[in-house]
Amino acid sequence: MTHPLRGKTAVVGIGSFGCGEAPGWTSMELLCQSALLALADAGIPLAEVDGVFAATGTHAFPTMNVAEHLGIRPRYFDGTNVGGSSFEQYMLNAALALEAGLCNVALIAYGSNQRTATGKLVPLSEAQPYETPYKPRMPMNAYALAASRHMYQYGTTREQLAEVAVAARGWANLNPDAFMHGKPLSVADVMGSRLIADPFTALDCCLVTDGGAACVMVRADRTKDCRNKPAYLLGAAGANWHRTISMMPDLTVTACAESGPRAFAMAGMTQQDVDLVMLYDAFTINTILFLEDLGFCPKGEGGRFVSEGRIAPGGDLAVNTNGGGLSCVHPGMYGMYLILESVRQLRGQAGARQVAACDVALLNGNGGTLSSQITALLGSAAAL
Amino acid sequence: MAGTIGGPEAQFRAFLKQGRFMLQRSRSTGQHLYYPRLAVPGSGETDLDWVAAQGTGTVYATTVNRTRDGNTNLAIIELDEGPRMMSRVVGVPAETVRIGQRVRARIAVEDAAEIILFEPLAADGEAAGAQP
Repeated sequence: MTHPLRGKTAVVGIGSFGCGEAPGWTSMELLCQSALLALADAGIPLAEVDGVFAATGTHAFPTMNVAEHLGIRPRYFDGTNVGGSSFEQYMLNAALALEAGLCNVALIAYGSNQRTATGKLVPLSEAQPYETPYKPRMPMNAYALAASRHMYQYGTTREQLAEVAVAARGWANLNPDAFMHGKPLSVADVMGSRLIADPFTALDCCLVTDGGAACVMVRADRTKDCRNKPAYLLGAAGANWHRTISMMPDLTVTACAESGPRAFAMAGMTQQDVDLVMLYDAFTINTILFLEDLGFCPKGEGGRFVSEGRIAPGGDLAVNTNGGGLSCVHPGMYGMYLILESVRQLRGQAGARQVAACDVALLNGNGGTLSSQITALLGSAAAL
Repeated sequence: MAGTIGGPEAQFRAFLKQGRFMLQRSRSTGQHLYYPRLAVPGSGETDLDWVAAQGTGTVYATTVNRTRDGNTNLAIIELDEGPRMMSRVVGVPAETVRIGQRVRARIAVEDAAEIILFEPLAADGEAAGAQP
């Protein structure tokens, strides 16, 4: 039986602003500017927005700031913060709210000026009593520990981690909006870069950029009024097994081993149906872990799977075609950009990096320290 | 009595202050807990007693923070009782710590608070490379 949420809502507008460096802009301004661009892209007036879904790394009550700044009076709002995966969670929650008639136009948005304001990833979380005394450099150390275990258990190599960064850069070099566009990268470059947290060099770690991004969702019956082709939400599901990395049940298995199958079940699809894979690549190990846990290769085979350019431009599987958090943009919570790139590809607006016949995109948002996983499937009208 | 001074975390830290590394253990299931909690995670048994940790374990995951101030280890240790914990392996160069290595706990004081660190165990079971 078709799941009652499958295809009932769609992303009809996307916008982003200040990606890279936006000196002199506040995080809320970057967020709201992106929201206005997303509404213009959809062709929906600001005054019609009655659902607000937002997270930032700096606002305790982001939906209130968004409503105030834009001068709207939402009747449904959700600022639940599950880290970088918040925005995939918001798509699911917006679909529920839209289908229940609790709102009619859902705005999902993010903004951060972390690069020009602070020069580093801004930590938004409280101290963790059983980890903070050891002075971990978070989130990097959590992912480095996971990488160490994956290498030990499955023989994943330093070179295979580097392959992930090189593939991401290959895509970024096809994306003029990517922060690292025009800067070629080799496996030797990654491995020769400064070792900062074994096994990671500086080039295994995501960018620190500014950026705002937003999207607009409506019920499917409203999409015919919109300017661009809708990207229908076919399935979405979350899973959360831990908060702190030392409590992760198995450092080589993430919770998307659970959210992935649930999202596929809602969509009535399998890995074979997916044309584009968008994975939250805060660090190179992420891509390997998520490809395994989402069933694109067996557990432990991720390192070999990403080798020989298989996920790079021209490879067998299109992964992170914008260049990812590693080479395109990473303003602290990257999850919003998974949605934007998926929508661009599904619309056929991705320029030189366009995936041929792209009708189904899988997104996997990651939050915390491999803690929260939200998997979603978006599709074109052909996928309905 | 530690049980009179607040929740599980306060009790754990009071033991540490006395030089004791203690774990909770469920009477009915025999399961040991770290970090200290109100009930066995997932199943909810509340029949928890404090017992002394053996103090021995195995390195489960490890990394080295390389900064201008030098190299510092960060590890996840699997205690012989089962639970895992974040810690730091000391007494040997940070980059020589290996997954699978046997280690033993010791209590140190950092930033005016007690903290559990680990040192490698030599093949004969004694701490190797320990500071005199």
